[in-house]
Amino acid sequence: MERLLADSGRLLLLGNEAIARGLIEAGVGLAATYPGTPSSEVGKVLENIAATAGMYFEYSVNEKVALEVAGAAAISGVRSFAFMKHVGLNVASDALMTLAYTGVRAGMVVMTADDPSCHSSQSEQDNRYYAKLGLLPMLEPSSPAEARDMVLEAYRLSELLSVPVLLRTTTRVNHARGAVDLHKPPRPVAKGVFEKDPRRFVTVPANARALRVEQLKRMEHALKLSESSLLNCVFGTSSRIGVIASGVAYTYAREWLKDVEILKLGFTNPVPEEKVRRFLAGKERVVILEELEPYLEDEVRRIAQQHHINVEILGKRTGHLPRAFEYSPDLILSLKDILPVRPESTPAEQPDLPLPPRPPVLCAGCPHRATYYAAKKAVGSKGAIYSTDIGCYTLGVQPPMQCADLTLCMGSSVGAAGGFSQVTDQNVIAFIGDSTFFHAGIPPLINAVYNDHKFVLVILDNRTTAMTGHQPNPGVGREHGGVETPSIPLEPIVRACGVENVRTVDPYDLETTTEAIKEAVESGSLSVIIAEHPCPLAERKEGKLKRSTYGIDRDRCVRCYTCVSRLSCPAISKDGKDVRIDVTMCIGCGICAQVCPKDAIGVRE
Amino acid sequence: MKYNIQLVGVGGQGVLLASTVLGNAAVADGLEVAMSEVHGMAQRGGSVQCSVRMGQDILSPLIPKGGADLLLGFEPAETLRNVTSVDRDSWIITNTSPVIPISVSIGQGGYPPLDDILAALRSVNDHVVAVDATARAVEAGRAITANAVLIGAMTAVKGFPLSKQRVLDALLEAVPAKAKDVNVRAFELGYEEVRGE
Repeated sequence: MERLLADSGRLLLLGNEAIARGLIEAGVGLAATYPGTPSSEVGKVLENIAATAGMYFEYSVNEKVALEVAGAAAISGVRSFAFMKHVGLNVASDALMTLAYTGVRAGMVVMTADDPSCHSSQSEQDNRYYAKLGLLPMLEPSSPAEARDMVLEAYRLSELLSVPVLLRTTTRVNHARGAVDLHKPPRPVAKGVFEKDPRRFVTVPANARALRVEQLKRMEHALKLSESSLLNCVFGTSSRIGVIASGVAYTYAREWLKDVEILKLGFTNPVPEEKVRRFLAGKERVVILEELEPYLEDEVRRIAQQHHINVEILGKRTGHLPRAFEYSPDLILSLKDILPVRPESTPAEQPDLPLPPRPPVLCAGCPHRATYYAAKKAVGSKGAIYSTDIGCYTLGVQPPMQCADLTLCMGSSVGAAGGFSQVTDQNVIAFIGDSTFFHAGIPPLINAVYNDHKFVLVILDNRTTAMTGHQPNPGVGREHGGVETPSIPLEPIVRACGVENVRTVDPYDLETTTEAIKEAVESGSLSVIIAEHPCPLAERKEGKLKRSTYGIDRDRCVRCYTCVSRLSCPAISKDGKDVRIDVTMCIGCGICAQVCPKDAIGVRE
Repeated sequence: MKYNIQLVGVGGQGVLLASTVLGNAAVADGLEVAMSEVHGMAQRGGSVQCSVRMGQDILSPLIPKGGADLLLGFEPAETLRNVTSVDRDSWIITNTSPVIPISVSIGQGGYPPLDDILAALRSVNDHVVAVDATARAVEAGRAITANAVLIGAMTAVKGFPLSKQRVLDALLEAVPAKAKDVNVRAFELGYEEVRGE
């Protein structure tokens, strides 16, 4: 990753690496995040190189805190960056909506990484509406190289307007890869001075009213900047047919449309009204290509109406384009009735041979699998409502575990368990990961104690933030960027919340884990089980995994397939009538050996 | 010139690494490159697709259906699952070692016989090369070099725009120093599988 610190050169960068490089080229002094796909790799880069670049970087406990940390930096004169996935901005939005009133003194950029098609998310909400809601300027890149450029422009705009700028990316920008020419970075400013100004920064109602008026004036200035911005410009050949496009949809339009004029919008709040008006005038038809909601389309329709421009505008409102899921080159090619497309080839037809589905699954050796197996055994035929949360462990929804009945958002497992326990007589078991517990699990646990809710909370403590690429969290302590802090252990926090019935177990010990969950369920009181075992994937990355492999004694095996069908470890499969353990996948957790009723599985010599 | 490569496989097989090797080789060759990768949840043993596009006037990170000049499958069922990415003139290279998904183990579907998968692939296109990458990798010295075998195989395809040396250099940049020799052997074995097809 040190190559990202070079003074010059041309590198093939992931969108998120290009964004991290943009921060270095912008002299950003502080960056903060909570990991979330598709934004996570920015943090992975900064974790490794921020200190060398002279930047302070932290994984904050959640997105709201990240935004507050970054906001204070920018108010103190240090360029700052807060970044998160789209739903993370929901968490941070409370702070953001008020920062949009107070504004900032040095440049501040907030990246929201949206996820059209929900590749790794619970929703595909369109966060461009946050820019409208908070009256914040917004930039939308279409490629990695442009993302780097827009980071630099966002800081310039933020300082011209004294307000945070929203950088709105999507998965196909964050996880695209392209060549980026490096510019020489300046020395970052990592220390500032806070100068008091309570009329601006203490938002009591009288001050807030004045700031509200300021905010509206600021947007008038922002509109002028958007009108003159080179990020909003026209490409293609002069034509009576026009396309207005933003984000990655622009790249598809450029490559698979011919003989059209394209207005590419990169500075999308405020929408450059005069530029759009001029583009519409004289056109017969204009098609709006933007992913998710008709955000630009509604603006374009408003502008046409206000300026009495009679042009056919086609988009989501007319049913010509879809509102759900990401766009693609195939979508552009399907628009041949309304736009001149460039068909290139005839796709092969899918042969009629049924293929098994291959959804993502818990890894071989995953301690969550063991915990789920134990929980199901503990509740027996009575079953339970499984209130679960955001992380790898949400994959427990897959058969045969099916240990997920409700997932809303970070921390919801605990709050919802309280509601379930209040209105039903069913067993209620909540599952939450260690990082998610720190993020948003503590207030609802206190709520449960305070309001006397009765359920079992299992904290799946795998000593990392696994799903997003193994970032550290408060439970493991910090060891990067020259800052070292000790781990904050879970059990004392849980007890301090007022929970008396707390027990820590190792899920690799199936019998003890099963018995602990059973006892907790039967106690009928609020109980917390901490199921602690490090993520083997993380252990392997760090070279800590002591690996052995298991094998099956074919003489003892009675082909009951308990290990195959009830444990569903990806390393175990049927091989004809026999059962086979794939040695390249097995990490030697030994759970299968504990599940086998005939003692037919053991360590391979 | 535009050359589009669709790489498919199972999370954890090294599909990402192979795409990055290709991308770096193309940049070293002075070509424009746009790629799309899968990170996050799908990497946990799910189906994975990466696209690599190189040449001139390349903007889109994605390839339209039928637009791939080359489909490289790290796993036979995944190759077939993504076969609509090619047209009649494209090339298909597929590994022949199946990775059986859990859905099959728990009785949610069957895994078709390898011969049926290969026949289905050959029914859409005459340019199908099946490589037992795992066997070649073991022959080279380590099973883990199966992706080097597949990268080598791809480099030998007619019309592939980068030189063998360019791709090999990029591969060797990406592997640990002590594993260079075994990767060179694996790459060469893969290259020989396809040369002359």
